[in-house]
Order: sequence, then structure tokens, then C-alpha cells
Amino acid sequence: MTLKHFLNLEWKQYFRSSYWQKNMALNMLLVFFALYFMVTFLALGIALYPLLKDRFPDQDPLVIVNSYVFYWIIADVLMRFFFQKLPVMSVKPLLILPVKRSKVINYVLRKSALSFFNVLPMFAVIPFGVMLLINDYPTVSVVVWMLTLLCVTLIINFLNFILESVSAETELSFLPVVVLAGGVFALNYFNIISFTNLVANGINAIYKTPLLIGVPILLLIVLYGVNFKMLRNQLFLDSALKSKVKEVSASNLEWTRKFGDSAPFMQLDLRLIWRNKRPRSSVFILIVGLLYGLFFYPNPTYNEMPWIYGFVGIFVTGIFLINFGQFVPAWDSGYYKMLMSQNIQYKQYLTSKFNLMAFSVVVMFVLSIPYVYFGWNILLAHLAAAIYNIGVNTHVILWGGSFNRKKIDLNQRAAFNYQGTGAVQWLIGIPLMLVPLAIFGAVSWWINFEIACLTLALIGVVGIVFHQKLMKTIVGKYLTSKYKMIASFSEDV
Amino acid sequence: MIVTSNLSKTYGSKTVLNINELEIPKGQSFGLVGNNGAGKTTYFSLLLDLIKPTTGYVKNNDIKVDDSEDWKPFTSAFIDESFLIGYLTPEEYFYFIGELRGQNKADIDGFLTQFETLFNGEILQQKKYLRDLSKGNQKKAGIVAALIGNPEVVILDEPFANLDPTTQIRLKELIKDLAKTKGVTVLISSHDLMHITEVCERIVVLEKGEVIKDLATSEATLSALEAHFSSAEDA
Repeated sequence: MTLKHFLNLEWKQYFRSSYWQKNMALNMLLVFFALYFMVTFLALGIALYPLLKDRFPDQDPLVIVNSYVFYWIIADVLMRFFFQKLPVMSVKPLLILPVKRSKVINYVLRKSALSFFNVLPMFAVIPFGVMLLINDYPTVSVVVWMLTLLCVTLIINFLNFILESVSAETELSFLPVVVLAGGVFALNYFNIISFTNLVANGINAIYKTPLLIGVPILLLIVLYGVNFKMLRNQLFLDSALKSKVKEVSASNLEWTRKFGDSAPFMQLDLRLIWRNKRPRSSVFILIVGLLYGLFFYPNPTYNEMPWIYGFVGIFVTGIFLINFGQFVPAWDSGYYKMLMSQNIQYKQYLTSKFNLMAFSVVVMFVLSIPYVYFGWNILLAHLAAAIYNIGVNTHVILWGGSFNRKKIDLNQRAAFNYQGTGAVQWLIGIPLMLVPLAIFGAVSWWINFEIACLTLALIGVVGIVFHQKLMKTIVGKYLTSKYKMIASFSEDV
Repeated sequence: MIVTSNLSKTYGSKTVLNINELEIPKGQSFGLVGNNGAGKTTYFSLLLDLIKPTTGYVKNNDIKVDDSEDWKPFTSAFIDESFLIGYLTPEEYFYFIGELRGQNKADIDGFLTQFETLFNGEILQQKKYLRDLSKGNQKKAGIVAALIGNPEVVILDEPFANLDPTTQIRLKELIKDLAKTKGVTVLISSHDLMHITEVCERIVVLEKGEVIKDLATSEATLSALEAHFSSAEDA
């Protein structure tokens, strides 16, 4: 009975939001991605058994698969952390209605079990299991094996929520999960603790002694319980309403005067970033971005493929740009009406954002100079990428912002506030990184590395030269979508 | 000062505002009353160019508001809490607005001294963000911010709601003073007939988006309005 109401509410919330209606194209893209992955996994599940049998005729394909489950777990945790949203439901209106709290929580958690991320692995697991059955593996064991992997998927599902809410509370963004996954991976890689064997042996043991499936099930129940408790604590309004008012330290940021007209907006942006949880996390991401190069440069494999340097350069110098820029002007959505009725020009407002992003690119480039240790050409590639970021990507992302229709409620400190996180956020980053990668890669493949750097830098310089013109176009775009933006920003999410 | 001509706003097939002609002279204190959904906020939003008119236009000091932004320097407004920036302290907010209106810090500090009694020691130097203030104090800050920089047109939507009685009385004095001695055109809306008849020289009643009464305030206005709204309830 209640379940029916809940589903009904969510259905309406989803389809009645203007975000859905105005973003059909984006939704189509997501559906397309989903279908693509489903087909890929299905093909993998069917082809895996004969493939392994063919390559390693003297080994059991099932044992080989089990020995890779650990890597799948790590990859899955990371993927989910970035793409899967916490289960969200607007609970406030329900709290005073005669609905049991536990019912709400159970509903939210169980719904999450049906997530695409949990269904997807089954597209590979089930056909692989069927292939095993066809090849005369014992039925009970195979079914138990499939159930075990289902359990593992769900365990990852609930583990991810714990990780996400912990990192949301500590304001460290994705630092904890990267450290955790990296740490476990390193322990395994250097053979200090072999998680690969541990996981493989575990699953093999369950395969042999089906009763042992109780272990993962128990783990699943425990994680479910932890999630339940966590959400329950957040469900009490006072924990959300309780004003933890601490004295604020006001600084006057006089140094921003140098930026002339856009100084008040610079001050506003700096305060925005520093005083609100969501934008502040994009500062912590800087650290991650800076260390990103370490994945590539020390690795001899990539020495042979310098075309990747352009991409790494774009990412390292542009991480703040992408992270902060994609929510312009949604960061200001809470008081957008006021800004629009104030005595300001769009140009100053946007110029401030541009300055901030360009400044961050310069800072990131300077901080990434130590990478010169791995070779001069890295510095060259980073410089070219930085120029490209300032000249092109800043403008592109500002232009893209005029399509922004999703409100970010900064004032809401309550639980369940995870707006703007999820897969869509990363889709916007694709053209920003893929286009320069394509240019850089193509030129360095056809001609050489130096010319590729030059090309990227030149395109950037062109962007910088035409800065005023480009800004004018962008301002025009913002002006034409002004009413739409105001309307959707004042809509309650 | 403000000329409204043939103005209408339609959502789908529903017309929420339709004003043929309305002229508000400079220095008038103008009150807008009407039940929920009568179009008060819609009208103010159109004045501020926050929504696009379906037909017609609003001219503010001979500037068509949806054509040019030149009306912004002399017009200010406080419509709702979305006009506040939650993560600023009240002082920072006032300085920010001041900056946009060409006032430096010292100007603002001087300007704020006259509101000390209104603020009642709960707004300035509290080291609190605006989002952590009570609804009433937020409203006070927003209204005062709308007065920064000597605007010639001030638009306040429901300024009396959420305020404590003392502040309501002080605010009434403030608004009367603005129109009478400083020549500011003040537009306010309210559900409180008593307050609005006390403050405004002219009262317009909106119903279903249309102007149905346009009264110059006199002794008899309050009872006339009360009679109107109690009969509307029956109908």
C-alpha cells in the first residue's frame, strides 16, 4: 500500500521536473550508454567461457574468472562512487505523516538494489553460468556461484553508499575512496596481502561447499543494517534543522580589487567556494587532479605513447575548470533572481568566473612543473594544454553553462543533499577532454609531438585573442536564455 | 514613472495577468492587494524583467524593461528570500549590493547607522551568515539592502509578513518617509489591508489578473476594501 504511494511520488517527481523535459537529448544519451554496456556485458558473458577454454586449455575457466573477481570489485567500487547516486527521496513531507520511518528507509534501500549498476553485472554472470551448465558443471554449485556474485554486487552497492556518505560528511570529496581503493590495490600488487587469492579462494570455497554462501549473505545483511542505521539517524529532522551556527571569520579580500569591475563577483565566488560544502569539494579535487599524472608518467608503457600527455595535461591543468565551471551559473541559482534584477551586467559576472578558472589553470600548471622530472616533453605538453584550457575550454564551459537548468541549493545542509552529482556531471566533461585529445593525438601521430603541442597551444592562443568577441557571444546566449534560467532556478527541486 | 500598457502574461491557456493601462507617477506610494493568485507577484516579476510578458510592456522612467537594462541602476527590489545570498554575513551582503550600486564601504557604513533601531542589534556584527538568521531578520536585511544606493523605485513584495509588530511599525514609518520626503516611488503588496491603507496613497485591487479597483486612499478606503474582500469570499 505504502509502497505504491512511494513509487507514485517518485514517478511524478522524476517526470514532472523541468530538468527531465528539457534534457531529452541527455536522457537519450544515457539510455544509449546503458544499452551499449548491456550488450557488451552480454557478449562478454557468452564468449568468455569458450574464449578462456581456447586460450588456457589446461585450466578451469571458472577458476580463472574467480581470480579476477578482486579487480572487478575494485573497479566497480570506483565506478559506482563516481556515477551512482545515493538513494534520494524527499522525506521531509513524509515525516509528519503516519508512515513508519523504517518503512521509508527500507523502501529507499531496497529500491537501490534494483539499480542499473547491480543489474549490469548479471548480464555477464548469468550467461557465463549458463555456459558452465551447458558444459556439465554441477547445477547446484553453479547456481550458488551466480548467487554469490549477486551477493558481491549488492555488497558493493551498500558499501558504496557508506563510502559516499562518509566522504560527503568529511568534505574530502573522493579522496577517501581513492586512497582506500589505491591502498588495497597496492597491498595486493606488491604481494603484501594477496586480495586476489583471498577473493578467489573464497569464491572457490563457496563453489565447493555451497553452505559457505552464508558468509557473503551475512556480510550483506550487516552492511544493510549499517546503511539502515545511518539513514535513520539522518531522518530525524532536528539533525538537519539543528543550526550549528559557528562564528564566521570575515575577511575582506581587498586584493581582488586588482580585477577591476569584476572584483565584487570575484569576492563573491571565493566566498561561495570557501563557505559551502559542495563547491569546496572542488578544491580538494585539485589534489587528486594534480596527482593524476602519477598514474601515467612513471609507467614505462606510456613512454611509448606521448600522445596521451596532451590528455593528461588537459586533465591536470583543467580539473578545477571542469569541476567548478560546469555548474556556472547554477552555483548562483539560489539568488539568481536577485542578480538579474540588480544593477549588473552579465559580462562582469561571467568575466569573474572566467578569471577564476583561468587563474586556476595557471596555478595548476605551476604546481605540475615538478613532472618535468619525467621528461621535458611533459612540461611542454602541460604548457600547451594549459593554454588550450584558458583559450578554449573556459569559453566552452561558460557557453555550456547557459544550458544549465538545474538548481543547486547551497543553503540546504540537510542530509540527502547530493544535487548535481551523478553520471550527467561527467558527461559534460567528455567534449572538453576528448576534443583536445583527438587534436593532439592526431597531429602527434601524423607529424610529431612538438607540432602537436604547438597546434594545441595555437588553438588556445586564438581563443585568448578572441576572448572579448567570444565573451560577447556567450553573454548573448545567457541573455536569450535568461527567463528560462530564472524559471527553472526558482523551481523547487 | 512606471507606465504599464496592454500588459498580459499567459501560461498555456491561462491568463494570470492582464493590465490594460496603469500609470504610477513618481514619488507615489503604491499598494497592491489581492487574494492568492491575483497576479501581484507576477506583476512585480514583470516589472523586474524576471519573466517575459506575453503582450504589452512596462516602461520604467521611459525605459522598456524587457528591451534595455538601463532601468536597473535606479530600481531595486526585495521579492523573497531568494534575493539574499545565504553564505554571506549581512555586512558582506550590504557591501556587495553597495558595490553593485556604486557605493563604497564607508558609504554603506554611514547608510546602515540609520537602521540601528530597526535592526535591534540582531543583524550587524553577529558573525552569522544570512542563512542562519531567522526569517524575520532575513527579511529586514533584504528590505534594507533594497534601499541601498538611493533608488528611485523600490519594489517590496509582502514586506510586512514575518515581521514582529515593532518592526512592522518602524517599517511603515520608513516607507511613508521614503515616498513623502525623498520622492521615491514605492510599490508594495500585502495581504494586510490595515497596513497597506496606512502606508499607501493609492491602492489597486487585483483579481484574477485584472485591475478591478483603483482607489486613492482616504478614511473610507479600509472599510471599502474590507467590504470588497468579504463579499468576494461569499461569491
